[in-house]
Amino acid sequence: MPLLEVSDLRIRLQTHHGAADAVRGIDFTLQRGETLGLVGESGCGKSLTALALMGLLPEAAQASGSILLDGQELLGLDDAALCRLRGNRIGMVFQEPMTALNPVHPIGDQVAEPLRLHRGMDRAAARREALALLDRVGIADAARRLDAYPHQFSGGQRQRITIAMALACGPDLLIADEPTTALDVTVQQQILNLINDLVAERAMALILISHDLGVISQNADRMLVMYGGSVVESGPTQAVFSTMAHPYTRGLFAARPQLAPRRPGERTRLSTIAGTVPELADLPAGCPFAGRCGFTVAACHTTPPPPVQLGTLGAGHMARCIRLDAMPATPEDSA
Amino acid sequence: MNSTTTTDLIADSAYPISATGQFDSNPPTDSPPPLLQVTQLARHYPLPRTQLFQPPQQVKALQGVDFTVAAGHSLGIVGESGSGKSTLARLVMALDTPTAGAVHLLGRNLHRLPAAELRHARRDFQMVFQDPYGSLDPHHPVERIVTEPLQAQGATSRAEQREQAAQALAQVGLRSTDLGKYPHEFSGGQRQRIAIARALITRPRLIVADEPVSALDVSVQAQVLNLMLDLQQQFGITYLLISHDLAVVNHLCGEVLVLYQGRIVERGTPQELFHHAQHPYTRALVNAVPRIEPGRARARRTLMAGKAPRPMV
Repeated sequence: MPLLEVSDLRIRLQTHHGAADAVRGIDFTLQRGETLGLVGESGCGKSLTALALMGLLPEAAQASGSILLDGQELLGLDDAALCRLRGNRIGMVFQEPMTALNPVHPIGDQVAEPLRLHRGMDRAAARREALALLDRVGIADAARRLDAYPHQFSGGQRQRITIAMALACGPDLLIADEPTTALDVTVQQQILNLINDLVAERAMALILISHDLGVISQNADRMLVMYGGSVVESGPTQAVFSTMAHPYTRGLFAARPQLAPRRPGERTRLSTIAGTVPELADLPAGCPFAGRCGFTVAACHTTPPPPVQLGTLGAGHMARCIRLDAMPATPEDSA
Repeated sequence: MNSTTTTDLIADSAYPISATGQFDSNPPTDSPPPLLQVTQLARHYPLPRTQLFQPPQQVKALQGVDFTVAAGHSLGIVGESGSGKSTLARLVMALDTPTAGAVHLLGRNLHRLPAAELRHARRDFQMVFQDPYGSLDPHHPVERIVTEPLQAQGATSRAEQREQAAQALAQVGLRSTDLGKYPHEFSGGQRQRIAIARALITRPRLIVADEPVSALDVSVQAQVLNLMLDLQQQFGITYLLISHDLAVVNHLCGEVLVLYQGRIVERGTPQELFHHAQHPYTRALVNAVPRIEPGRARARRTLMAGKAPRPMV
């Protein structure tokens, strides 16, 4: 049995433009020790999916479908039951460590809090455990800094502290939503390596959310490319990057500025995806990418494209596009 | 401060003094004078006083920074947070006063200009900020936002301003019907276009762009970078591009400075830095750019598996 099984997850939000289907039928499974990458631009529904897993959706949101954690249905659980799961079996690392930490409490108390709450540890035991955790995530001289406040740490150190908090109760599932977006690039690599090492060490499952294809390619075993609330392409990271079947995946890849060599004085334009990310409230009836895609035909606008299996059977590589035949066999920019 | 003036003079004395004893702002060179010349620029900020009888300590945010940018070229500044990138931008924009050193734009020392002249000179250098949500006033229509630099310069008629605003919007790919709309009606990429239109409206020679695309989605980022390239080709604009992203800098700039703890530690073309970085920080920066590299994590994890796991307390 997979650790996590999400099927036909749909989330409807109430906005001031009326109801908006922000997530439109997502399916995936996740095994222990595996890393799943979610990649997409703002408004594609990747963060909402993570919030649904944590039971942290806004009040007015309606979720349907099914989220099974070890066979237990999470959708529709009451608050008390969710509280027992959050921070205990599911840990989360957020984008902005300064807002995730409470500025008026010492970090030692904050890391110890889930231990006291879920494990019923006494103050002294929780403090010892917090010290061990902070030491593991690489806070130098942790014993002396247990009583320091968040503002006394750098951004990278703060993110290490939130990772220690998320890990405190030894969760089965760790969700990291853009964990390095607010950090310097040089620190980004260290934090991702730390998360990876911890995932391997404790056989956790990791859901890594990022807008950066590079981060996903380096860290995920399997990936979902999301656009307009649906998964447009999914599969093993290796397969997705070697084929890049969906036009949106290709567009996203080609639009990245790169450190590739170029002749002095030469100016190359980046290839762009025309138009902008659609508003959730007025997503088209058919393929969400139809308005921006170079391969669109009339049928794209009318019905949502069904999933098409790619590569060898059982590899699990899928793209939702009815124009796959019209696409050039290899992504032109991957050379 | 006395010390400021002294150091300032020392810095300025690097320029030749003409026979008449007057300060010569255009030193004779083979090539035309650079558009922007920054000499021995330094900015120190005092920390809060911790001991009553000792002078307060100082943070040296910027020390001895020297560079020139020729007209129509672009210079990239990279560095981590706290390296002094934004302090440098504020000094070049004459929004802050240097502790020592000088900024010459078109031969004029910006920090020595009288207030009225500086205000007039500001038409030649404009700024684009990182966050298009924070840098546009949500209460004002686009027309007022875009024409504000003209109003600060004074003396043009309302109709003329409106026409120039429509023109600036057209240059960044927006419509003149957008003039009456408010910022919340636009997406992030469109807002950044409005911010660029506001910078363009005075026909500046230099645009200082502080992380202009880091708040934007990847597909929109490419559109804005292309727009900046097009505007440079069309109007010969010079960019001072501040970014933490070496790939973005590589796309737009012919030369890069690497700032580290307030000093320039390395300079060169992006390609030189990419292939032969000398300073350890530059090397770390180049290596940190995430590349498309499927399976790296799994390889790392296989490596890890060989190590004994740390005992948990």
